[in-house]
Amino acid sequence: MSKPAEFYQRDRERHPPALTPGYKTSVARSPRYALISLQNSVSEVTGPVFGHADIDPIDNDLLSNYAQPDQSPIGERIIIHGRVLDENARPVPNTLVEIWQANAGGRYRHKKDTYLAPIDPNFGGCGRTMTDENGYYYFRTVKPGAYPWRNLVNNWRPAHIHLSIFGSGFAQRLITQLYFEGDPLIHKCPIVNTIPDPDAIAQLIARLDLNATIPLDTIAYKFDIVLRGRRSTLFENRLEGN
Amino acid sequence: MSQDLNYLKETPSQTAGPYVHIGLAPGAAGFDIYRQELGWDICGPNAKGERIRIEGVVIDGTGSPIKDVLLEAWQANAAGIYSHPEGGGDVEEGFRGWGRVITDFETGEWGFDTVKPGATRGRNVGMQAPHINLWIVARGINVGLNTRIYFDDEMDANAADPVLNLIEWERRRATLIAKRTDRDGQIVYRFDVRMQSEDETVFFDI
Ligand SMILES: [Fe+2]
Repeated sequence: MSKPAEFYQRDRERHPPALTPGYKTSVARSPRYALISLQNSVSEVTGPVFGHADIDPIDNDLLSNYAQPDQSPIGERIIIHGRVLDENARPVPNTLVEIWQANAGGRYRHKKDTYLAPIDPNFGGCGRTMTDENGYYYFRTVKPGAYPWRNLVNNWRPAHIHLSIFGSGFAQRLITQLYFEGDPLIHKCPIVNTIPDPDAIAQLIARLDLNATIPLDTIAYKFDIVLRGRRSTLFENRLEGN
Repeated sequence: MSQDLNYLKETPSQTAGPYVHIGLAPGAAGFDIYRQELGWDICGPNAKGERIRIEGVVIDGTGSPIKDVLLEAWQANAAGIYSHPEGGGDVEEGFRGWGRVITDFETGEWGFDTVKPGATRGRNVGMQAPHINLWIVARGINVGLNTRIYFDDEMDANAADPVLNLIEWERRRATLIAKRTDRDGQIVYRFDVRMQSEDETVFFDI
């Protein structure tokens, strides 16, 4: 049996370092020793497989998945859509994408969130879907509101949606956040600014996509997600090209 | 100037934040939305092998348990097969090998029930000792942390494990070994994760 073909090494320059004092919580929650680098074994190139039986079709529609019959959450109706690709620009099909977010007022439906903006009775704030055979995914939701958080006393999170993506191997596992084009809070955010590379930050900002809007109904933003790419085959002492 | 390689760049990570439960464990956030949450059943009812429980806490740099962590486990079955097209074969019906747990909001304790995995093929030579890959996210963790759980009743396999042997400092290998106890007939392994201190858990760049 041949060795498993590895994922390309994660480019840590694109990611935030573990210790980012501007985001205070990271200080006590960051390892001090260097990570030990591993070549992928079967344990890392494999990962959980999900199917359509795991989720329901309504799960990707946050406008309706927690709303009372004939009601909708308050807020700007939006579509988030795009593709999950790998670094070789190949689509990642049939992979699970999960999202969560605050409501239009910036309040999370979470027992630990005490922000004074109200809970929306028609908005849960989470969704999930599987990419199709072309790596395509979409959600319908409301645009989340900005909210304050305790870091400095006057820090505000830009409007954002949290995303969790699996890929085909456990080494591709990723959690990130999506921001919205034009939001003046993005570049003031200590969590955004944990990422040192401005080009990498830009990769987290969804673009307004008028071509994908539903006229007179719902506005759209496009957000592509890139997971680690993988070598095609690895022969002894020689890389087979892609 | 030269040609462009035209690879895409991986999307950068951002912290899971304090409200990760809404998306990945909404019942814990305080509401019921999905027909079923994912990851609560790692091995299903038909998995062969020894039924075990693994418990622990994740301890921050001040020595305090972290109470808003989400952990995901990825493991082979008792025969060393992963439930994946490249996993080495077939697994029992209902065995996914993937689990997701959160820490208790009051105590920081987490735990999951599974079967003890078997040895798996090493990358280059020999076998990897039985282990579970663990991925840890939370508020304050900017990129999910990868580590591995090994078992203290697998001394010989651990001594030959290619990943443990990659850790230059022998005393640090001990941070990856879960301790077996028998609790009224139930096998429970203890696996505490330390973010900092001289006993800092070994984390991997995989
Ligand atoms: Fe958030």
